[in-house]
Amino acid sequence: MSFINYSSREINCKIVYYGPGLCGKTTNLQYIYKRTNPEHKGKLISLATESERTLFFDFLPLALGDIKGFKIRFHLYTVPGQVFYAASRKLILKGVDGLVFVADSQIERMEANMESLDDLKINLTEQGYDLEKLPFIMQHNKRDLPHIVPVEDINRLLNHRNVQWFEAVAVSGSGVFETLKNIAKQVLFELKKHY
Amino acid sequence: MIGSDLVVYEEEFHRIDEELQKLHQQSNAKVVFLVDKNGQLIASAGDTHNLDTTSLASLTAGNIAATGGIARLLGEKEFTVLFHEGEKDNIHLSLIGQRIILVVIFDNRSSLGLVRLRVKKASEFLTKIFDEITHKAEKEKKEGKFEEFPFAEISDEDIDNLFR
Repeated sequence: MSFINYSSREINCKIVYYGPGLCGKTTNLQYIYKRTNPEHKGKLISLATESERTLFFDFLPLALGDIKGFKIRFHLYTVPGQVFYAASRKLILKGVDGLVFVADSQIERMEANMESLDDLKINLTEQGYDLEKLPFIMQHNKRDLPHIVPVEDINRLLNHRNVQWFEAVAVSGSGVFETLKNIAKQVLFELKKHY
Repeated sequence: MIGSDLVVYEEEFHRIDEELQKLHQQSNAKVVFLVDKNGQLIASAGDTHNLDTTSLASLTAGNIAATGGIARLLGEKEFTVLFHEGEKDNIHLSLIGQRIILVVIFDNRSSLGLVRLRVKKASEFLTKIFDEITHKAEKEKKEGKFEEFPFAEISDEDIDNLFR
């Protein structure tokens, strides 16, 4: 759900990074934060445990610039990936405008990816959303690691809708901005469709 | 999802702003602000200079969402008021019309009783405005208005420019 303010001429959209535990959602946000001009970003807020696992969410507000005289702001959120934080995960999806599913490319994490994707679909349905109708992108992360599944196989397993996907190595930033830029594009075009 | 976007026009925004200014004064608060349940800051009154209002908005919405989750587990629909007491500053959160969160930050120049009283009054008025905003958006959608919507002509290039 976007917020359009005609008085301050601002448009705010919410993008959520979803995926299994330790797949690199927070790392995506940290890289974006590191590489964004200070005047374009707010604070990166992480509600994390002492061992730096996301407890509730990470939040990064970005104000990238203007389109047709309107300030475009994106609020990026991650969900806690660990299975037992299901209740919190659901809450973050409220009002989502676009989704990035970060998949962990390692062979042993494929099952966790599938489980997380199913969990996403269930949680969206509960909030009255339909994944088929939302701007949605997949990021196949950790492409630099040794025991990984070929992208064709990941797509066959996870990407049934054949949505746009990107390979990434979030720790070094490869693919991170590509993902962000394309989900932003989809969100803005979707918003245009509403009116 | 369509139609659930929150669109606030100039006229309604000024009425909201006026009401917040009034609440800020009458409750002797430091800062008053309105956030939607998804964490977007709508308007604020008072000295927000040293405050990171964007982060505050997102965290208060997270707070309300978590409390709402607890409420449902207990069989309650929602807890409509939250209050956090600090050494110097206190924060009072209340839900307005199920969609908006009214946040009041105050210190010992005010009191919880006064804040509660003023918030209650302001809530009634704000509920009315937000109902009007919803009706207006629905009506315009039906009539196919929104002609001044800035994105009608948006292009790939416009979006690429955001990332330069």
